[in-house]
Amino acid sequence: MNLKLKIWRQKNANDKGKMVDYNINDVSPDMSFLEMLDVLNEQLITGGDEPVAFDHDCREGICGMCSLYINGEAHGPDRGVTTCQLHMRKFKDGDTIYIEPFRAKAFPVIKDLVVDRSSFDRIQLAGGFISVNTSGNTQDANAIPINKDSADKAFDAATCIGCGACVASCKNSSAMLFVSAKVSQYALLPQGEVEAVDRVLNMVKQMDEEGFGNCTNTGACEVECPKGISLENIARMNSEFLKASLKG
Amino acid sequence: MATLDSKIPKGPLKDKWTNHKNKINLVNPANKRLIDVIVVGTGLAGGSAAATLAELGYNVKAFCFQDSPRRAHSIAAQGGINAAKNYQGDGDSTYRLFYDTVKGGDYRSREANVYRLAEVSTNIIDQCVAQGVPFARDYGGLLDNRSFGGVLVSRTFYAKGQTGQQLLLGAYSAMNRQIGRGKIKMYNRHEMMDVVIIDGKARGIITRNLVTGEIERHSAHAVVVGSGGYGNVFFLSTNAMGSNTSAAWKMHKRGAYFANPCYTQIHPTCIPVSGDHQSKLTLMSESLRNDGRIWVPKKIEDVEAIRAGQLKPTEIAEEDRDYYLERRYPAFGNLVPRDVASRAAKERCDAGFGVNTTGEAVYLDFASAIQRYGKEQATIKGLNTNDAALVKKLGQEVVKNKYGNLFQMYEKIVDQNPYETPMMIYPAVHYTMGGVWVDYNLMTSVPGLYAIGEANFSDHGANRLGASALMQGLADGYFVLPYTIGDYLANDIRTGPISTQTAEFEEAEKSVKERIEFFVNNNGNKSVDYFHKRLGKIMWNQVGMSRNEQGLKSAMAEIKKIREEFWKEVKVPGGANEFNEELAKAGRVADFLELGELFAKDALHRTESCGGHFREESVELDGPQKGEAKRDDDNFTYVAAWEYKGEPSDAVLHKEDLEFNDIELKQRSYK
Repeated sequence: MNLKLKIWRQKNANDKGKMVDYNINDVSPDMSFLEMLDVLNEQLITGGDEPVAFDHDCREGICGMCSLYINGEAHGPDRGVTTCQLHMRKFKDGDTIYIEPFRAKAFPVIKDLVVDRSSFDRIQLAGGFISVNTSGNTQDANAIPINKDSADKAFDAATCIGCGACVASCKNSSAMLFVSAKVSQYALLPQGEVEAVDRVLNMVKQMDEEGFGNCTNTGACEVECPKGISLENIARMNSEFLKASLKG
Repeated sequence: MATLDSKIPKGPLKDKWTNHKNKINLVNPANKRLIDVIVVGTGLAGGSAAATLAELGYNVKAFCFQDSPRRAHSIAAQGGINAAKNYQGDGDSTYRLFYDTVKGGDYRSREANVYRLAEVSTNIIDQCVAQGVPFARDYGGLLDNRSFGGVLVSRTFYAKGQTGQQLLLGAYSAMNRQIGRGKIKMYNRHEMMDVVIIDGKARGIITRNLVTGEIERHSAHAVVVGSGGYGNVFFLSTNAMGSNTSAAWKMHKRGAYFANPCYTQIHPTCIPVSGDHQSKLTLMSESLRNDGRIWVPKKIEDVEAIRAGQLKPTEIAEEDRDYYLERRYPAFGNLVPRDVASRAAKERCDAGFGVNTTGEAVYLDFASAIQRYGKEQATIKGLNTNDAALVKKLGQEVVKNKYGNLFQMYEKIVDQNPYETPMMIYPAVHYTMGGVWVDYNLMTSVPGLYAIGEANFSDHGANRLGASALMQGLADGYFVLPYTIGDYLANDIRTGPISTQTAEFEEAEKSVKERIEFFVNNNGNKSVDYFHKRLGKIMWNQVGMSRNEQGLKSAMAEIKKIREEFWKEVKVPGGANEFNEELAKAGRVADFLELGELFAKDALHRTESCGGHFREESVELDGPQKGEAKRDDDNFTYVAAWEYKGEPSDAVLHKEDLEFNDIELKQRSYK
């Protein structure tokens, strides 16, 4: 199929940036979206132009490196997938596709479609861990049985890949879904209890300092999340935060 | 000059590690504060090493080329992690894990290293659970296990099909704690360009900031590299797009020996190639072979009808299916090791029984498992076990619970529903057992330079068993290197900070800058990928699942030719001082073009078949093992460690003889 692409080009963080039009022909429906961009870039390079910069790595939907705001949706029109798993069969011959970076104050553009998501790392290092040293002498892994339901819910929360689709989809650029996933994982496990109070207070504080907005309660983040992280986690974080504030 | 001393401690196998730990030098806590360690790569090995070294008190500088340490490719590991916990009471033990791993590696790994790996495996699970890693649990709240290939016990711990993700996020959280305390200085989007050797010791690295293009000097008392494997030399592999050999190759060029480069794992269950546009291949976890049965049609006319779209696999009767692994290997069936399963798939496809249009695919079928689980659930719930629709529905729920994300991934890529029709799979390059040579302390042949995880060669021999990569990465990073590095650093407590203003740093930085200037100024007309794809094709066709003398010789010549063309004709758009992915790729492919040739040279010299290395000239000609790979223990029971001498073809071979005192060398039979 033949497509028209409108792609955000921005030389660096200080450049103003603009949408640029490209045509691409003979796209196979079996290609992934990023393979389609590979073909475009090959065309650009052999034609003497600069290729479009975009983040990507594992190309199997787990590393969280790829992003892209495609036709107004984070990771494009399909549900439950990252951009690297989006396939061209979701588009039709003759379509015009708008491709932009994830936009948020806390995700400044580095180049073209590449953004800086280090704000996510800084939230994690504010409290996204359990303080246990490596020793080889921690207690046996089966010493504390964990209710299967809690363990499964902790796992579901822990599958967040930190891509930032929730932020890009939110009118307020809120990172509540991302932060609440980590808070929930530890809140649901006995190992996480000891530091629960400090964890939620510190992570939320850092989230606010990074310039992420407040939750809109509209649930756009959950809809666009490639891993289906549930809004329940935000409710759990709010409850953890309230408990911690009362104790603190 | 570097020597090849494996430094295996004396004494009985089971006491070696304990005795070694008791005897090596330690650095006292106050002195650790005076010592800097560089860690390159933040996957399971690098991430866990960086966190643990920082906990101990060393000043760590960690580097990754991704935008966050959490994105290292360990994250994509699916199926699980082995540990000799024996929670299932099925006869597992440290010895058995050790034995399975040595046998699985086709008796080409170092006994002492593997025993240590099995020993610390149980600590890993304890540590990860304490960190909050949400492993799968049963209804009693205890940890669940499953089976992987090449073993007869259930010792694999897992978190659905995302075990690597959960373990890496555990290591990442341990790193974050230390980054927050200032004990790790983290450098994201930085690529190691060279290692700096001063007075024969590794004392630093040169990096490129991938955002600004700035070339930086970083010094330390020791350099630890956990940069992963080199599977992307094949262009198409299950590795991430950015996975590369450059850090390891730079070490090699600076004096570290490169061991067994030809030992590469071709994983049997990957989604087949769909076209020329393909940029990478996707793995379907080995755990699927717990429940999936692999088959092709028995009759060639059925194969033809399937390819023509006139017949569906579900319409083929049971008696017309060839479950070839169950037929050839009754004892292990669908759970034979990866090298055996891959070769068996190739054998069927080469004989014309491949089931997709390219002729390179076999079925992985869950219908029996869905039936079995469905009946079990119906019985538990007191429902009618003869209600076919109900049984199927219940069975699908169980399968979804176990492998849901893998089935979803398959459906998104192939556009077929694997609950209703068998998956199509084919082998693909997945892991490299070879790597930088290290001694028992994980130190390379260059003092102060360490290699951990997939980047080194030591534990998997000629074939890695499933769920052992995660185990080795974390064993090296959490429990081995943090001890052994102290033995070396104990001599550095009075050294003081290492200066970056030396002739050695100057020279290394200059050569890095010259190469970058060359790329951005070269007046070529072909993209980096053009050369990478050509290299990959040669590797796959001639240095892939099956190798012979003639093919390997011609591969060496062709790779050399492509390398020469690359340096003349490559086009790298953009500048040096900006975000420039093509420039980063050019450097990586330049190194793959050298490694590829050494890889073929190693494969050529090893005229035996062992593990993932299959030489057509070396097969069993008769007896019960007819057609199976034939090892040559008299001539090849050694590690091939190559010393760099300029051109890859000039590399000099050093042999480390492998001694087996606790295991008898046998034909590896899974029949």
